[in-house]
Amino acid sequence: MVQKFPPENTMSKILVKQQLSKDVFLMKLEAPLIAEERLPGQFVIIQVDEEFGERIPLTIADADKTEGTITIIFQVVGKTTLQLSMLNINDTIPVLVGPLGKPTHTQKFGTVVCVGGGIGIAPLHPIAQALKQAGNHVITIIGARTKELLILEKEMGKIADEFIVCTDDGSYARKALVTEPLKEVCQRNPKPDMVIAIGPPLMMKFCSETTRPFEIFTQVSLNTIMVDGTGMCGGCRVNVNKEIKFVCVDGPEFNGHLVDFDNMIARLNSYKEFEREAHKCYLEKLIHDKEVSV
Amino acid sequence: MNFTTQEQLSEEAKKLIVQYLPKIDTMKTKERMLIPLQEMPSQNPAVRISNLNEVALGYTPEQAIIEAMRCIQCPKKVCVEDCPVQIDIPQFINHIAHGEFESAASVIKETNLLPAICGRVCPQETQCQKNCTVGKALKDVNKAVSIGRLERFVADWENASGKISVPQVKSETGRKIAVIGSGPAGLTVAADCRREGHHVTVFEAFHKLGGVLRYGIPEFRLPNEIIDREIQILEKMGVEFKTNFVVGKTRKLMDLINKDGYDAIFIGTGAGLPLFMNIEGENLVGVFSANEYLTRANLMRAFEKGKADTPIYSSKNVAVLGGGNVAMDAARMAKRLGAENVYIVYRRTEVEMPARKEEVAHAKEEGIEFHFLQNAKRILGDEKGRVKAMECLRYQLGESDESGRRKPIIIPNSEFIMDVDTVIVAIGNSSNPLISQTTPEIKTNKWGNIIVDENQKTSADKIYAGGDIVLGAATVILAMGEGRRAAAAINKMLAEEIEKEKIVAS
Repeated sequence: MVQKFPPENTMSKILVKQQLSKDVFLMKLEAPLIAEERLPGQFVIIQVDEEFGERIPLTIADADKTEGTITIIFQVVGKTTLQLSMLNINDTIPVLVGPLGKPTHTQKFGTVVCVGGGIGIAPLHPIAQALKQAGNHVITIIGARTKELLILEKEMGKIADEFIVCTDDGSYARKALVTEPLKEVCQRNPKPDMVIAIGPPLMMKFCSETTRPFEIFTQVSLNTIMVDGTGMCGGCRVNVNKEIKFVCVDGPEFNGHLVDFDNMIARLNSYKEFEREAHKCYLEKLIHDKEVSV
Repeated sequence: MNFTTQEQLSEEAKKLIVQYLPKIDTMKTKERMLIPLQEMPSQNPAVRISNLNEVALGYTPEQAIIEAMRCIQCPKKVCVEDCPVQIDIPQFINHIAHGEFESAASVIKETNLLPAICGRVCPQETQCQKNCTVGKALKDVNKAVSIGRLERFVADWENASGKISVPQVKSETGRKIAVIGSGPAGLTVAADCRREGHHVTVFEAFHKLGGVLRYGIPEFRLPNEIIDREIQILEKMGVEFKTNFVVGKTRKLMDLINKDGYDAIFIGTGAGLPLFMNIEGENLVGVFSANEYLTRANLMRAFEKGKADTPIYSSKNVAVLGGGNVAMDAARMAKRLGAENVYIVYRRTEVEMPARKEEVAHAKEEGIEFHFLQNAKRILGDEKGRVKAMECLRYQLGESDESGRRKPIIIPNSEFIMDVDTVIVAIGNSSNPLISQTTPEIKTNKWGNIIVDENQKTSADKIYAGGDIVLGAATVILAMGEGRRAAAAINKMLAEEIEKEKIVAS
């Protein structure tokens, strides 16, 4: 008889599931220990299939200590996120590890610009909240490719002293990339004390380039490929100030002016073909299964 | 290549049995020395380079008996002295020679709970077999009695016979011990402390147990089934396991004592961040730490393409930097994953290589090319940031350094280009930073390794540590040795506490 190891797994149940836009989902998960320890800026590692699944890092959008829950918000980009999006309330996630990474350092800096792009708005939310609570003047800029992909507008608006919304294609609010309003804010006198940018790698790269001439400290949150997420494999390494840093234990937050984004983006694409193929095969299988069942 | 099959080796041994068995107790030392050393049967190299099955197949009973007869039962017992867990080697070998395999197993089990693992992965030629009298007399350490192969034979025989015994556990003491990490050090502590009747919880960060035994050492060298088997014994003893639990993150280390009521903690979190060469091009796509490469292939099962979601880089020409067991494992895994050419690039010579002899021999049989006295200078990338070649330097050996090994010296202007698309760096690890980051009470050295005293105790009360987190990158058996020492100290500490309470109560 094959015994299953370990006998009691720390399975995590899905308590709430919401579809925020076409490809973006919110899930509230039962995870009392993670909820207790988690601080803004940290992430979890999730595996949907314990035997053959892939480990992916997802930032924690929110947590409730008394309820013992954490909230994740994710966009369907590949097979694992697609599988995750197909789970429903009361389903369990076999592997949920965290909270990992160093938490965001929050204190009173003065005026802080929080820039969120696409799915990056989710991890930005608790950070903006903590910065607001620490007494900062919070200017929030959020943007997405198109109206469909814009999330948490109401929540972000509530905690901002100034709030700017834009879409790349102009389908909603101001038609602009987030770097445009960011530049305008940087040009003010006095200039902001700090910028936090979270979003797709290219967006963080260009936010860092926007603030560089103004010499405003710009913090970015990196989401690289990871396997263990606990400082063992080194797959998440990035060049920061020409030194090797590990996103899982040294990060995920770094000074955007020192990050080699081009190298990071190349490394993120290491398995692009494999991932595309896996996603395609899985979609084909789903379609096939549906056809068979009909 | 000359390849002798398991059947051939077994037939040979059967003939020898007829010749030697009748005089087993009367043979003179000189005659024993003439008994031929038994080769380890293995899978045909041409076949095994495309599967993950175990390479070494293990002795047949006849081979084991013949090999055991080679032991001259010398009174010096140097082998025992050189064993980190001091197994009574001559005694268990004598049982094998007489066909008493069950007794042999119980002798080993007195001091080693994981013989199937140690028999496979211990560097015997630098430990028990190093000073073996037979090897010395034959003037070749490779002709020593094959203690490791015999240990493995006994462990596998015991399992196959279904006579596996679960060690006795003393009555419950009500004390709780937290073991962090389920690798060789942690498993040893769990066993030794549980035997004394303490409650033991093992916390593991990954979803599977075994630590480096599972994510690092490949299936073809240490099958997962064997790890499961050994862990099942611990489970039957009543050890509790918690996976997906990162102590230092999911829960602070000190909370285990202050909030959860653990009476002692053992930290066996193992190897940490992989070391890199600090050369140009090391962050290119196609450069991996051996840890990452092997974890993808082993733990995440990327070898099973089509089934596993975890991808692994597809390579044609692979350079592996380093000369230890991990380098051999990574090279041989790359070959099995379909690489056409795999090169081990090592800046010293074969003599200085720290890898187990058997692994080096197996790697050679599998067509891994060894490039000695060479090392990477920089890695070159294409316009997409992917590895396209590696520039190397040639070396020569100079004076001996502090470690006693001759120091490699660069030969000036010896640069040349090696055509590779993948580089795997296997030059060791620094330490895991998670616990020290969140537990300032525990002192570490400048490399981040936890500082312990002779009893494996850290600078914090009730907290012990051992294995790679203390030693840096070491071996399974050294980690187990440290675990054994720590467990003894923990058991002693708890016994004294219990004793004191009794006195107070009476």
